[in-house]
Amino acid sequence: MADLEGDTLQRLSLHDLHLELGGKMVPFAGYEMPVQYATGVMKEHLHTRAAAGLFDVSHMGQMILRPKGRVDDLKLAFEGLMPADVVGLAEGRQRYGLLTSDQGGILDDLMFTNRGDHLYVVVNAACKAADIAHMTAMMPGVTVEPVTDRALLAIQGPGAVAALEALLPGTAEMRFMDHWVIGEVWVSRSGYTGEDGFEISLPVADAEDFARKLLAQSGVAPIGLGARDSLRLEAGLCLYGHDIDTTTSPVEAALTWAIQKSRRSGGAREGGFPGAARILRELAEGPERWRVGLRPEGRAPMREGVEVFTPDGTPVGRVTSGGFGPSVNAPVAMGYVALGFATPGTQLVGEVRGKHLPLTTCELPFHPTSYKR
Amino acid sequence: MKYTKDHEWLRIEGNLVVVGITEHAATQLGDVVFVELPETETVVAEGDEVCVIESVKAASDILAPVDGKIVAVNDKLVDTPALVNEDPTGAAWFFKMRLDDLSVLDQFMDEDEYQDLIG
Repeated sequence: MADLEGDTLQRLSLHDLHLELGGKMVPFAGYEMPVQYATGVMKEHLHTRAAAGLFDVSHMGQMILRPKGRVDDLKLAFEGLMPADVVGLAEGRQRYGLLTSDQGGILDDLMFTNRGDHLYVVVNAACKAADIAHMTAMMPGVTVEPVTDRALLAIQGPGAVAALEALLPGTAEMRFMDHWVIGEVWVSRSGYTGEDGFEISLPVADAEDFARKLLAQSGVAPIGLGARDSLRLEAGLCLYGHDIDTTTSPVEAALTWAIQKSRRSGGAREGGFPGAARILRELAEGPERWRVGLRPEGRAPMREGVEVFTPDGTPVGRVTSGGFGPSVNAPVAMGYVALGFATPGTQLVGEVRGKHLPLTTCELPFHPTSYKR
Repeated sequence: MKYTKDHEWLRIEGNLVVVGITEHAATQLGDVVFVELPETETVVAEGDEVCVIESVKAASDILAPVDGKIVAVNDKLVDTPALVNEDPTGAAWFFKMRLDDLSVLDQFMDEDEYQDLIG
């Protein structure tokens, strides 16, 4: 994660609402963000899984990619930056993508949506300036328009669908990764918690009223960044700058599902993205390390940076995200281990405060996802 | 009750001193999910890291407030770390120490002084 905390922090358009709700504000990616509200991370996490959580994710970078010529050329140009199938994405559908570097690392992860004559893209807050510069430089036939006059809210959890349906009738019909434009409101059925839910982009002027109406729905509570992190960790989702960065390839990161068949060897539009040589080779031959789930056997959390060894002390990897999983009711972590040690069930140890504590590699996610497929 | 600048409370119980963390500290830490306690009969020096507390946010230590010997630990915290948030100044004591001279506790803050510190 780029350190953007030195300069003046930007305030979210819902800043006053967060304070009113008891939000504890901390610096994050250049913004003052609510890390938790009065009930705390644990209860917020469990509430989201049991009912519904409202998250303000307006710090994220929203943008529109518009073609100077034909939209088909825009899609092909965007495929030149990512190993994702952009051409084959239907209108009104969203997909996860990875901007890759020439070395086959990951510059950012993002969501992109086919909106007919243009693409709508949401990127990580800390990467947005670099992403805009990269896209602008690499796609001369495309206009990259940062969207700065909109807030982005997420409603997540089993109660999300009823809460949003009350405000935007019809949205209950949406499927996972559908994207609807409803007047000035842009709704995607997606999120970052492993739960069913929606992300809602809307004009800043309407955001507070909309957030208050969502909070007035049965079971909806405001949720901070702390619980957002433990929810996504249990769901096995990567956090850019931690689990993935310019040193990790999409294959090492076990994100090959974000490389559709058309872009792989033998596909209709094979390769043609930065780092393709390494990424296609790793797809064929396997990478040197994999991102895996790590389950500490004891109660001590193993956090980012914990070194992982074989039981006899040979270093084999490192934790990239870790903490306590409230729904799992145990510590959970993920990280990279050398290829021979990635098989689920492999017994390893993590070094915590100088002691080697047992852990086991496992499949992700830790908590089953409940997307509305 | 006496208080340290590290947000520990110290309560004299006969010839022993009982050590825990303040409500302020527990709130700052957030939900506690793991506690590691020292062995009893351990001789510790002031400033030694004697307990580990992990919350959902981060790991932190409890330091020995003075020189002495650990004579009892609160095993309940190992199975129920959430006690630290529920009752930090009561049920969630961490350990009891035997000191050579209880008068060393005079150096620590009283309630009013501690409230000024966190105020």
